[in-house]
Amino acid sequence: MSSLDTAARIDKGSAPIKPKAGERIWRLTGDSLFHTAARFAAFLAVAVLFATVIAVAVDSWPAIKTFGVWSFLKSSQWDPVTNAFGAFPFIIGTLVSSAIAMVLAVPISFGTALFIAEIAPSWIKRPIAGAVELLAAIPSIVYGLWGLVVFAPAFAQIEPGINSTLGAIPGVGLLFQGPPMGIGMLSAGIILAIMILPYISSVMRDVFMAVPWSLRESAYAMGCTTWEVAWHIMLPYTRSAVIGGIFLGLGRALGETMAVTFVIGNSNVLSASLLMPGATIPSVLANEFTEATSKLYLSSLIYLGLILIGVTLAVRLLAVLLLRRLASREGAST
Amino acid sequence: MNWVIVRRRMVDALSKLLMGLATVIGVFFLLWIMWTTLKFGLAGMHWDLFTKDTPPPGTDGFGLRNAFVGSLILLGLSLLIGVPVGLMAGTWLAEYGFHSRTANTVRFINDIMLSAPSIEIGLFAYAVMVGPMGHFSALAGSLALAILMIPIIVRTTDEMLSLVGNDVREAAIALGAPNSVVITKVTWRAARAGIITGVLIGLARITGETAPLLFTALNNQYFTTNIFSPMANIPMVIFQFALSPYTNWQQMAWAASFITVLFVLVLSILARWLAGRIHVQK
Repeated sequence: MSSLDTAARIDKGSAPIKPKAGERIWRLTGDSLFHTAARFAAFLAVAVLFATVIAVAVDSWPAIKTFGVWSFLKSSQWDPVTNAFGAFPFIIGTLVSSAIAMVLAVPISFGTALFIAEIAPSWIKRPIAGAVELLAAIPSIVYGLWGLVVFAPAFAQIEPGINSTLGAIPGVGLLFQGPPMGIGMLSAGIILAIMILPYISSVMRDVFMAVPWSLRESAYAMGCTTWEVAWHIMLPYTRSAVIGGIFLGLGRALGETMAVTFVIGNSNVLSASLLMPGATIPSVLANEFTEATSKLYLSSLIYLGLILIGVTLAVRLLAVLLLRRLASREGAST
Repeated sequence: MNWVIVRRRMVDALSKLLMGLATVIGVFFLLWIMWTTLKFGLAGMHWDLFTKDTPPPGTDGFGLRNAFVGSLILLGLSLLIGVPVGLMAGTWLAEYGFHSRTANTVRFINDIMLSAPSIEIGLFAYAVMVGPMGHFSALAGSLALAILMIPIIVRTTDEMLSLVGNDVREAAIALGAPNSVVITKVTWRAARAGIITGVLIGLARITGETAPLLFTALNNQYFTTNIFSPMANIPMVIFQFALSPYTNWQQMAWAASFITVLFVLVLSILARWLAGRIHVQK
């Protein structure tokens, strides 16, 4: 009965619900406004990258004009009194501290990632993965404070041991000589290593866990050991992403500021020993930026920042490209 | 027994041992840092921290009120700038750009921004705001922090909106809803938990950031809510106080670190809990 009623009403063709004219127009303009706003936001998010390079380049122009490029890079003078500035000690400091960090962090990350992906029993996987990731959540200023107050004094205790063992090797020994201060290039490298460990290992762990089971299982079925599966099957399969993860960590290490500033000792003079104080581009920026009185001094500091931006941009570009290669091969959309 | 097999087994056992050791090293440092922060942080806890302003150099007493308020203002402003931009950009990617070449380029550049060193963003904020305005300001600091959190929000928003099934969108379109209404009333709501997770992760990332504030918000010994002036904030106070010779300042640096770590941990746990709920819904 009632259904017949409904049918009859539909047959008669009741008037469709029409929005009022004004409302409809508003909704349409609102719609295109929303679209425009979204597009503009996406543009902004992207434009920042280019704006950063341009704005920092503009601010460092006075220093570029005064010192040029090549002579700024290779000069190791840094004297605000005579207005002579050169980037060499800071570039070396940045590269060396990051290199130490990579040498320590890459194997440890690799081991941690394999442990979580392959050999840890499932009940322990999540807590351990969570704990390692928490390392990334600790702010860098806390790393710095801890490094200065806790780690450096502890490290100073074992430095005489380093002096007498590694320092005694002819040639390489030069790198490991110096007074036991606890702060210096090596301490900065070690703390950087702890800081980038979670980034590298979480990328590695994710890609290792994404290796198809069929690949792993066929290798195990051939009688491969866990290590052989990891080294000969999983690592080659995930190589580009693993290298991408390593570059991601490198990018972090090169640009890390606060933790390094606390423990590197902040000496603008280059020293052969890793146990001696040094400086990196970020640490000198953090230390001297607010003290820069002359325009050229400030501009030279920003010039250092521009160099850092150039280097980290290249590293991050490579990292993202490498990380995408595995994803595209798997056909996964990212 | 075949010596090749013996060797392979020994290599395997050794590698497993080293993997375990590597994991222990990471966890060991985490516990060490946590333990120190807890120990020194609790020792430096004092009610005055929340009710009084930072004491001048060389004087007794405790106080971080100006820095706490300053940090909250900085974070709030960053959210105000960062969330709309990040949300809208992520929405454009997932709802308008799809897998077009432009959208993929935006994703690519966003991924590069995701790992931008904070000091570089600080220099940018200095160049575009502090330089032209002629003085350090909290607003410039918030801009830098917002830029650091935007890529995170863009990425999670994009990913979470892409997870929303097309049937839901089609149902809304069939009812005559224009695109903007479909997005705001349907897909945003469906992806709500994921989007909020992204915001929380972004907030956790910028909470302890110090380097960009060096060039922007700087620090202020006094209490202020003026966003156009330098403003006290927790990370800068830690930086300044930790390197000072005064014991009460050093204690305050630890207390501030402890509270920062606690705040970041709570944010991370909240984000993880929310992320867990997404899978249940799906």
